Amino acid sequence: MAETIFEIKKLVKNFGANEVLKGIDLTVTKGEVVSIIGASGSGKSTFLRCLNLLEQPTDGEILYRGNSILDAKFDVRSYRTKVGMVFQQFNLFNNMSVLKNCMIAQQTVLKRSKEEATENALKYLDKVGMSAYVNAKPKQLSGGQKQRVAIARSLAMDCEVILFDEPTSALDPEMVGEVLLVMKDLAESGLTMLVVTHEMQFAKDVSSRVIFMDGGVVAEDDVPEVIFNSPTNPRTKEFLFRVLNKDI
Amino acid sequence: MSFFDSIGKVLKLGAGQLFIGVGYTLLIALISTVIGLLIGLIIGIIRTIPKSKKAFVRVLMKILDIILNIYIEVFRGTPMMVQAMVIYWGYAFASNGQTLPLIPSAIFIVSINTGAYMAEIVRGGIISIDKGQFEGASSIGMSHFQTMVHVIIPQALRNILPSISNEFIINIKDTSVLNVIGVSELFYQATVLSKMTYEIFATYAIISVLYFIMTFSISRLLRLFEKLLEGKNTYTIMGSGTDPNAEIKVVKETHRG
Repeated sequence: MAETIFEIKKLVKNFGANEVLKGIDLTVTKGEVVSIIGASGSGKSTFLRCLNLLEQPTDGEILYRGNSILDAKFDVRSYRTKVGMVFQQFNLFNNMSVLKNCMIAQQTVLKRSKEEATENALKYLDKVGMSAYVNAKPKQLSGGQKQRVAIARSLAMDCEVILFDEPTSALDPEMVGEVLLVMKDLAESGLTMLVVTHEMQFAKDVSSRVIFMDGGVVAEDDVPEVIFNSPTNPRTKEFLFRVLNKDI
Repeated sequence: MSFFDSIGKVLKLGAGQLFIGVGYTLLIALISTVIGLLIGLIIGIIRTIPKSKKAFVRVLMKILDIILNIYIEVFRGTPMMVQAMVIYWGYAFASNGQTLPLIPSAIFIVSINTGAYMAEIVRGGIISIDKGQFEGASSIGMSHFQTMVHVIIPQALRNILPSISNEFIINIKDTSVLNVIGVSELFYQATVLSKMTYEIFATYAIISVLYFIMTFSISRLLRLFEKLLEGKNTYTIMGSGTDPNAEIKVVKETHRG
């Protein structure tokens, strides 16, 4: 059996009186590509942000390789180098070149030498097809290019998991493909990925598992074939009917 | 005697003195603006530290925050002339009549006064940076300090540069209040000179021109610096499909923000 990466138990997140996550249970093993789908407001992004601790969960437990990441003594920073995150709005550092974006955390957090960091950054920039643009500033790139650099930035930390928070939602339609292609490559290379997405085709073709979230809980959790062809939960059926415009 | 005769008389007698005054005014204003900015940056970094999980650290941070707020409010809320008197003579009072050297005292007073304003300017600059920049840095493990130094402050500084120029210009003019403790800046020199020559109007007319020349040249210089910081709007693509050593220069409009 593959190693367990995440073990999430009864995860709850409230924003004031607003209960967003109402008890999420989920186990993710190494190499899995989990697509998280669901309507807006179902808590998908909040869930992902809790995994990177950008949001502090209200209750419940998140175990990463058996260690609770919510423990006060847990080394959050070194954990984040292992569990990268890719955002809808890219969040590249505007004051740095593409290359520097992929180097700065290697140098400051992992204490790598400049040469080592450069080499590693170039390796991953090449992987996402952006090595020609090392000199460019984020503002000079298209959305798809920015997102590919953002992916390389996480990879350059030699992370073992990447959390994707709607990585293609802010892109012009013609740029969605290039980003999904990079993600497909990564999925095939064995990287563990959790992807909040509205790209049903990606969820269907690339992921090894699809989670349908509804009202702050995991409503259905299965392989894509089942979710897309014969979902058991009527809410899943209803949601897929709405987004795909067809009956299942 | 005509106006120009008066000017001539003052300059003949006091050109050297005025020159020293300009020198001290610039020295005090420049050093104090830089130190004030550093104070502002440090306070900005401290005040944006995310809440700790440890209760003890939270209490400590709260106390520190209160102290910083008192500092800012007190130094923004009282005239620098009064601050100069209180600090300079307060020290003398506390140390049985021993006074501090004048120029370091002057720099100290203007620096902490500027720091109080800069703290708020820097805070505004930090707030102006998109939350995504902080999240991007946190998400790959960067600490608050690393995020601030490498990502946020460089961007914030660019946004607040006009306000920093403003503070510098204000400081050039406001060093004049330091004459109350006898710092030999430009206004003090003028006062001495006007008493020597009895040419009060001419003397102050001269230093008003000198003040204006200083502030105007500095505002132009800093504007130039702002332009420089905006950087190039071109970048080079390395390598092409057929030639790995090709360099393609791309000119693309960048916009500030």
